[in-house]
Amino acid sequence: MSKTISKAEATMERRDVLKLLGLGTVAAATGSMLSSEALATPEATAKYLAKLSGTSSYKSGKISLKMPDIAENGATVPLTVSVDSPMTANNYVKSIHVAADKNPNPEVVSFHLTPASGKAEVSTRMRLAKTQNVVAVAVMSDGSVHRVSRKVKVTIGGCGG
Amino acid sequence: MARKPRVKLPKSVAKGQVVQIKTLIPHKMETGQRKNKKGGKIPRFIINKVEATFNGKPVVTADLHPAVSANPYFAFYARVNESGTFKFTWTDDKGKTVTTSKKVAVK
Repeated sequence: MSKTISKAEATMERRDVLKLLGLGTVAAATGSMLSSEALATPEATAKYLAKLSGTSSYKSGKISLKMPDIAENGATVPLTVSVDSPMTANNYVKSIHVAADKNPNPEVVSFHLTPASGKAEVSTRMRLAKTQNVVAVAVMSDGSVHRVSRKVKVTIGGCGG
Repeated sequence: MARKPRVKLPKSVAKGQVVQIKTLIPHKMETGQRKNKKGGKIPRFIINKVEATFNGKPVVTADLHPAVSANPYFAFYARVNESGTFKFTWTDDKGKTVTTSKKVAVK
């Protein structure tokens, strides 16, 4: 009995593989699977960031977002956010929020910094489902919010399907 | 969560020096988007919080979402004015925590 099941499973898998080949690339398959899910939109991402930063009027400059222009593997895309700040008790970066506008959800990661951080720079690795904009905002201790966004091309999506 | 996290930072620094700290914890960071073979969703299971403190005072806290890659890696900075201990805490969706400490001496 168990033998028949495993045989059926094997057939299923072979069929899946053939389906993938039929679609041409794995990237295309991932994309089509994800399209059935609710995707974050640029509007949802803007709303999410406005909620976190408490404003929707952003200044540019002071913040930079380092990411590759083309990410071959969307499962781990390195990113570094750095903010130009002296990081003293009176003038420091309170938080850094990162969001993406075409992942299943806009939120990525939020950092809460203190003057003890010494330098306002954080690095991590994120998932990108497809080519999209990654947005980072920095909330300063004086209440001003700086924003930067960057388009990253993704060859293979990284959110599973 | 059984596997040990890795933390890299210098053992001794000059007073007031800003040092880079690198952390990594092995974790699959299940997004909740993936499906199993039967078509059901695999439930979300991620590390949702990483905290770094120095001598009990907060340095950096991060709130993680499913878009953070598996085996979450973080690099950040800390200004060291006195000898002491950095403590790092990772919290997962089930409320389980993993902590590790590193001593730093001021020359």
